Amino acid sequence: MADNGVNKGRRRFLVGATTVVGAVGAVGVAVPFVASWQPSARARAAGAPVQADVSKLEAGQRMTVEWRGRPVWIINRSPEMIERIEDFDASRLADPDSEEPQQPGYVSGPLRSIRPEIGVLIGICTHLGCSPLFRPEPDAVEVDNWPGGFFCPCHGSFFDLAGRVFRNVPAPTNLEVPPYRFETDDIIIVGEDEETA
Amino acid sequence: MGNPNKAKAERGLMRWVDDRFPATQMVQEHLTKYYAPKNFNFWYFFGSLALLVLVNQILTGVWLTMSYNPSAEGAFASVEYIMRDVEWGWLIRYMHSTGASAFFVVVYLHMFRGLLYGSYKAPRELVWIFGMTIYLLLMAEAFMGYLLPWGQMSYWGAQVIISLFSAIPGIGPDLAQWVRGDFLISGITLNRFFALHVVALPIVILALVVLHLIALHEVGSNNPDGIDIKDKKDESGKPLDGIPFHPYYTVKDIVGVAVFLFVFAVVIFYFPEGGGYFIEKPNFEPANPLKTPDHIAPVWYFTPFYAILRAINFSLFGLDAKFLGVVCMGGAIAVLFVLPWLDRSPVRSMRYKGWMSKVMLALFAVSFVILGILGVLPSTAGRTLLAQVCTLIYFAFFLLMPFYTRLEKTKPVPERVTG
Repeated sequence: MADNGVNKGRRRFLVGATTVVGAVGAVGVAVPFVASWQPSARARAAGAPVQADVSKLEAGQRMTVEWRGRPVWIINRSPEMIERIEDFDASRLADPDSEEPQQPGYVSGPLRSIRPEIGVLIGICTHLGCSPLFRPEPDAVEVDNWPGGFFCPCHGSFFDLAGRVFRNVPAPTNLEVPPYRFETDDIIIVGEDEETA
Repeated sequence: MGNPNKAKAERGLMRWVDDRFPATQMVQEHLTKYYAPKNFNFWYFFGSLALLVLVNQILTGVWLTMSYNPSAEGAFASVEYIMRDVEWGWLIRYMHSTGASAFFVVVYLHMFRGLLYGSYKAPRELVWIFGMTIYLLLMAEAFMGYLLPWGQMSYWGAQVIISLFSAIPGIGPDLAQWVRGDFLISGITLNRFFALHVVALPIVILALVVLHLIALHEVGSNNPDGIDIKDKKDESGKPLDGIPFHPYYTVKDIVGVAVFLFVFAVVIFYFPEGGGYFIEKPNFEPANPLKTPDHIAPVWYFTPFYAILRAINFSLFGLDAKFLGVVCMGGAIAVLFVLPWLDRSPVRSMRYKGWMSKVMLALFAVSFVILGILGVLPSTAGRTLLAQVCTLIYFAFFLLMPFYTRLEKTKPVPERVTG
């Protein structure tokens, strides 16, 4: 058939070029719509890291700050408390070496903290989300050789002062350790990871 | 019979319209001259019933939107307001919440009809795929709608489902955060789910329903014998075994509608919560992000897939159990889309397939129901094992289909439909 003077090569090029430009435009327009689903500035501000000053926290005391709607406990553990955590019979704990990913990589060991005396834990029972009670003294609960720790009154789970869960209680995992870092010796930033030097 | 002048005027009006819009042509193509096989049985009620429930959901949904407040502070209270203070609000809400469950009842039966009579087989692959897409979007629609009352089960059910995204390696946690729009499920999540539930998804679902029907009317309806009625036509070109959809099947469907509405009304008026299965009991408590309910179970129509998710408690091929569970759950739905290419049988209907197809379909249906029951119950070791067996059967039905449909001996298919 005669092509009536149609330049097919040029027509194909124009169709192709228009399609490509249109597709690029469509992708560009999609960007704001997709990005609009990210947390808004207000949501980011509400979920921002919080500061806690531990200078006035005496040994053996606990303070609570709120981060992302959840209570975060900061405990100043006395040398006796640390000794009780480290000497405790590990066979009575479900995950003594913190193998479940319930903490950032930079906290490890039985104390689950950056500095041995300052423990930081999310105060929500890993069973069903109740907030456990602080029972730091030996003999505070009816458990043989209680090392001090937390007791969840809802369904009877026990955790030690490092948030490690006991065996044979409803809670499956250790208490969560949030990301945190020390801004100065006294100021803790909860919600920000420690700089990896 | 009537005033001849009036009839003439109506014809004149119709002609005026038809010159500008193909009204008469559309009515003929889709109703009065759409020839459906004359041997439709009980299973053929559920397509038109699904359409009826869709209309119910849209109508009641629009009315609920008038009194609902999509904010974390106001959502729960506004639902109570609808229930207590809005005139007839309780009825409109129960029609909507019961309608959601009714939708899945009729859609599951409609899909089973497709499996039974091979309605997905060529040339109806696209009818099936459009239908499956509607089903998938319907699940998204129901899931998002369930968050809106902002009760405890709304919140924690959404928590469980959205955290499924975070099981995807690499991008998972960011993807879950993108879906939530916050670091936890909050009013932001509620607001966007509201927008999707009342605007975006209904538009897409309606469009797909139109595509589903256009594709169906292009190829013609299947029937319990799985025969093409277009192969045998009379001298005027009408299928010998076909009858016009209107008035024959419109009238038949009215009977189905009457029976359906009777049952629907009984549920709305006497069991609106469906014994805790249509509206779960923890949902009468406002959402509390700090307090997890003792037992989180999805609404009944998701439970077969939830049971598959939970059945996978082992790692395999280097994938951890949680991600593998998500893959299996997604696969359980995805495999339905390729069903038309898995069935290699020369016949469509189960009536003429061999014993292997019949046994597999029966096992599949029983497993699906058992999975549905297991998905509601708390898991124990025994139940997990049963769920694993049922999951295996579920997938065997599809993945072995290319083999057993080819191997088995089929019965001869009759020339004409068999009443």
